[in-house]
Amino acid sequence: MLRFRDAFAISPFIGASAGAVRDCRHTYRAALIVAAGVFVGSTALAAATGGGHDSVFTILVRWAPLLLWGFLFNLVISVLSMAAGTAAGVPLGIMQLSPLRPLAWVAGLIIQFFRNAPWLVLLFMCVMLLPFEFRVFGLRVPFPDWVKSVVGFALPAMANVAEIVRGAVQSVPTGQWESSESLGFTRRQAMLQIILPQCIKRMLPPWMNLYSLIAMSTVNASVVGVNEMLTLTAQVHAAEGSRPELLAPLYSFALVCFFLYAYPIGKWTERLERKYQVKD
Amino acid sequence: MQLIYDWFREFYERTGINLTFIYDPFDRARMIKGFWLTLELSFVTMVLSIVIGVVGAWLKGARSLLVRYGVDGFISLFRNTPPLVQIYFFYFGLGYLLPRVYDSASGAMVPLVSNIEWAILSLSLFAGAFNIEIFRSGAEAVPHAMIEAADSLGYTRGQVYWSIVLPLALRNALPALGNNLVNLVKTTNLAYAIAVPELMYVSREIWSDASNVPEMMIFLLLVYIGLVALLVAGLNWLERALQIPGYGQLGGH
Repeated sequence: MLRFRDAFAISPFIGASAGAVRDCRHTYRAALIVAAGVFVGSTALAAATGGGHDSVFTILVRWAPLLLWGFLFNLVISVLSMAAGTAAGVPLGIMQLSPLRPLAWVAGLIIQFFRNAPWLVLLFMCVMLLPFEFRVFGLRVPFPDWVKSVVGFALPAMANVAEIVRGAVQSVPTGQWESSESLGFTRRQAMLQIILPQCIKRMLPPWMNLYSLIAMSTVNASVVGVNEMLTLTAQVHAAEGSRPELLAPLYSFALVCFFLYAYPIGKWTERLERKYQVKD
Repeated sequence: MQLIYDWFREFYERTGINLTFIYDPFDRARMIKGFWLTLELSFVTMVLSIVIGVVGAWLKGARSLLVRYGVDGFISLFRNTPPLVQIYFFYFGLGYLLPRVYDSASGAMVPLVSNIEWAILSLSLFAGAFNIEIFRSGAEAVPHAMIEAADSLGYTRGQVYWSIVLPLALRNALPALGNNLVNLVKTTNLAYAIAVPELMYVSREIWSDASNVPEMMIFLLLVYIGLVALLVAGLNWLERALQIPGYGQLGGH
């Protein structure tokens, strides 16, 4: 016992893992303090320098409903992208595992392409190259920029979901396939009824990580002119007379919104990871 | 060379596929500059983010609670906020607070930290936050007996980290580190948003002038996929080169 403690004192970077669970609460507090610090600090600084105008706090309160509305739009884009990406990615991932070689090869090519392409370039591609409306049986279906950007986020989501599916399916012991075969299951039945249900648990943590990344990247849509939170932030800044001291508090407001949304998801993911960890 | 340029000009007239950045001297010059800037951004941010990762992972083992919580706060803040907002916050928010200095080259007052430097700084911090966790989990996988052995040989905490834990942690962390560096290279084009004239920005300029959006898009994708492929090849080489017999997932065959 003493020996362990000594080692702990000398090399705490190893021992600290034992206290990981206990540290979790402290970390949340520490992170919240830092986030609040950035926000309050920049707000206070701007308040101190912006004499003769409305205070930063007043401005933030005035525009918070609009900015939060924009944030909600970000979340809607992220949920739709992830839903579309998952719907397309699961079949693609299964295709990649197909015993039919050409099918697996095509799926692998699609996945590698969309996984290695930068998200911003894919977003630009969708926004600039997709038509602004479709004609289906003489019916005009409008295709606004925000829908195009959903497609732009869904493509990399699809490729990453496909990789997650492949990893999870391959992590199921071969014995499962063999025993389902010996029970008379066809490959399709085994996949749908035995392998995939087990995979959901394994896929959940990386899938949530991916969702978090997609949610973070929805602000990229501001670069192509979608009216989401970051675009609105710039507009609010212009509406308040483009005072440069407002920039730090306005952007830290956006930072705090995303932080409060993503941090609990990240912590929850870590908990699930620990819970579902495959014991060696 | 002129022959090639002429061929591409003729190619445009024949097929309508307009690759101005090959045959047009002006576009070619700015494309080459943008490409080098992307390489520079990628390289510098990679190196800085690895330094942040190594130092941060070491600080996470500090005895002081304050330092540990500080590192934790840094990690969660940078991991859970959009990198684009981080860049804006640094460039617009903090950039305004810094004084302007006289630049003798242009004879004007310029910001103390340029947009390229802000992009490098914020991208490095973003990727560095991920690298800290990566190095840390790499360090956790180092067998405890090794550290005890080093302790009993009289190594100080810093020495243990630098000459025992880090070299082994690096090997453990290499696959995850590789993923993060690939992501970093793909993220450098966010610098586009603060008008850093890198590949994406230059391409946008070119397609605004020549309205050859599809050609530029395909070219951009090919260049980035090529860069990523090069990096992955380099990392795989490094993984093999660093392999120690009998240690780690790769060793012993």
